[in-house]
Amino acid sequence: MSAFVATLGLPEVLAGVIVLALNAYVLMGGADFGGGVWDLLAGGPRREEQRELIATSIAPIWEANHVWLIVVVVMTFTAFPSVYATLATVLHIPLTLLLVGIVLRGSAFVIRSYGTHTDVARRRWGLAFAVSSLVTPVLLGITIGALVSGRVAGAAARVGHGSFVSVFVAPWLSVFTVTIGLFALALFAFLAAVYLAVAAPDPALREDFRRRALAAAAAVFVLAALALLSARSSAPQLAHGVMGTVWALVLHLCTAAAAIAAIVALWRRHYGAARIAAAAQVSLILWGWALAQYPFVVPPSLTIGQAAAPRITLDLLSIGLVLGAAILLPSLRYLFKTFAKPMSLR
Amino acid sequence: MTDLLAARTQMAVSLGFHIIFAEIGIAMPVLMVLAEWRWRKTGEAEYLALAKRWAKGSAILFAVGAVSGTVLSFELGLLWPRFMQFAGPIIGLPFSLEGFAFFTEAIFLGVYLYGWDRISARAHLGAGAIVAASGAASAVFVVMVNAWMNTPTGVTLSNGAVTSIDPIAGMLNPSTVQQALHMLIASYAATGLCVAGLHALMLLRKSSYQFHRRALAIALAVGAPAAILQPLSGDLSARTVAEWQPVKLAALEGQFATERGAPLRIGGIPDADARRTRFALEIPHGLSLAAFHDLNAEVKGLDAFDRDLWPPLLPVHVGFQVMVALGTAMALVSLWAAVLVIRKRTLGESVWLLRALAVVTPFGFIATEAGWTVTEVGRQPWVVQGILRTADAVTPMPGLIVPMTLFSLLYLALGAIVIALITAMVRETA
Repeated sequence: MSAFVATLGLPEVLAGVIVLALNAYVLMGGADFGGGVWDLLAGGPRREEQRELIATSIAPIWEANHVWLIVVVVMTFTAFPSVYATLATVLHIPLTLLLVGIVLRGSAFVIRSYGTHTDVARRRWGLAFAVSSLVTPVLLGITIGALVSGRVAGAAARVGHGSFVSVFVAPWLSVFTVTIGLFALALFAFLAAVYLAVAAPDPALREDFRRRALAAAAAVFVLAALALLSARSSAPQLAHGVMGTVWALVLHLCTAAAAIAAIVALWRRHYGAARIAAAAQVSLILWGWALAQYPFVVPPSLTIGQAAAPRITLDLLSIGLVLGAAILLPSLRYLFKTFAKPMSLR
Repeated sequence: MTDLLAARTQMAVSLGFHIIFAEIGIAMPVLMVLAEWRWRKTGEAEYLALAKRWAKGSAILFAVGAVSGTVLSFELGLLWPRFMQFAGPIIGLPFSLEGFAFFTEAIFLGVYLYGWDRISARAHLGAGAIVAASGAASAVFVVMVNAWMNTPTGVTLSNGAVTSIDPIAGMLNPSTVQQALHMLIASYAATGLCVAGLHALMLLRKSSYQFHRRALAIALAVGAPAAILQPLSGDLSARTVAEWQPVKLAALEGQFATERGAPLRIGGIPDADARRTRFALEIPHGLSLAAFHDLNAEVKGLDAFDRDLWPPLLPVHVGFQVMVALGTAMALVSLWAAVLVIRKRTLGESVWLLRALAVVTPFGFIATEAGWTVTEVGRQPWVVQGILRTADAVTPMPGLIVPMTLFSLLYLALGAIVIALITAMVRETA
């Protein structure tokens, strides 16, 4: 414990803040993508009510939730410029596709809500919104999977003399990365279903999302098992970090406890508790990955200390973060408080 | 097409697309807040209807601005990783501050657009004002980065390697104030006069007179003063360029020879091989006066620089002419409206003013694209003036024509759809 704390300097703290921002993005922006998934899978007698609930829940907050991703990107290129440059070079293709997904999701959603349309056009924009909500999280997961697999660093070293496939495709296209992509999708869908069950204005609709949340929880479980299984061969260092240390064991037990708590709470229809447990479960998974990778940012070669920007940049960024947080956190609280209670469905 | 040209094209398309939505995102909240404020003050229903209509149209434009801005934050690395690796520690700071400003903007935009019935009147108006202020702050921080690329300060080099950096000095570089001012004023002028032009068109069709007359007054209250001030801000910018980026000045003026009492050229086509600008109307001593406020000041021509340091001359010179011409037209029409207001005439009743306003509707956005071309193409071959060449900053990823085509088509389609939607919305009010 004390040995771990002793290694923490400003670069490590800032790396932690980046993970924290990513955590916020996953819990808020991730759930908005999950909402798109349930829009696509809306069905049964209350199909239109489900879509309506998803739309009214997302509408006021998705743009703010989306900004967490920009915070992650900007902090990364400020504090760890070489990491940003390496990832943007080697993962050019999945990141470009991710951007297309982001543009389509946001535009389609707002055009569906605000444009003046016939029903056919509305449905088409709804489909574009739903499909891009499905694809984007998979690409985000693939990107993270590529990073943890340790293949990005190798590919970066081959830039200039390696083949196109070995540098720009192989690092991110594998069974492991796609599994992580699907895992991310399942997590986002799970979060969204739990949040929507809390937000649902009537019992029948709530029951719809309760069933969906339980199904998503099962998918999360299966994909987590598959991911760990393929990590043994595809990301041995991560597998060791996740499974091999005492710290990891504690974290695992906590994650498992949160997962079980979420399912039990859903089963017993304690929706508030389910939301807290689900958010805790997803956050613990994210931090489990971050700690398993520590102290590497681009495993197995680039550590936090090696990748950090000059000290003056880190100092100024820290001051900026404190000032920014002082404005941001109360504003966010106000946003969520304002829209906490559903008024009524249109 | 080389990978470098593909990367430059993709970046130009992305920035050229985003800049329009960014300008609207900066200025539209001001118009909405003014309309709502008039409604709270006068109780006239037209003002409320106006605030809500503008909010409805803006919601789509804001969202497209937000997602296209996200694309840029990634593209900086996807296309120019070596630029970001070098510049990240310096420009990361203003980008981080911009991140927070953008966050605040997005939060209060959600409150503003969806909170009409959920919060008090005062809180709602306040939320709109915060959106307007944080939008302006975002613009200032982003333009700081571009200003630094034009006049980089706060970085010490030794044999091409960075030995020390000072991000604060980088943020407060010699172009920051001028460029930020120029961009902000451009946003209010372009958006204000575009909205005024659309409502002028509706007035010419004699539709719902009271509604459009009020809309016109508010849009002009924002757009006209900005359009009248913009030439002064442009003068400030030009003098900064003259001092710090003489080769850019020479390119945008088509000035080949270094001379005292250099003329100002209107129109013309620069001929790099003949080293002269043909077909231009020349105003004697005009350039020396404009750039240095001295009739006989020496202006450095392109021939004072190696030819491989010249930016592409035609787009820079033509872009500058287009920007100045359209900006002048906007200022003149705005002055005309101001004169009518001073003479206490009703703006909605002067048919010729309405026609003139209808004509200048798109001018501000075209001038913005032209001005952006001047500052970006005019800095070539550098991405960071005098320090890093664009060619040395591009990603080693091959086949960049593919993402370039992908994003061009995506933005082309999205732009067409947005224009169709906004047109349909404007027609609805007729």
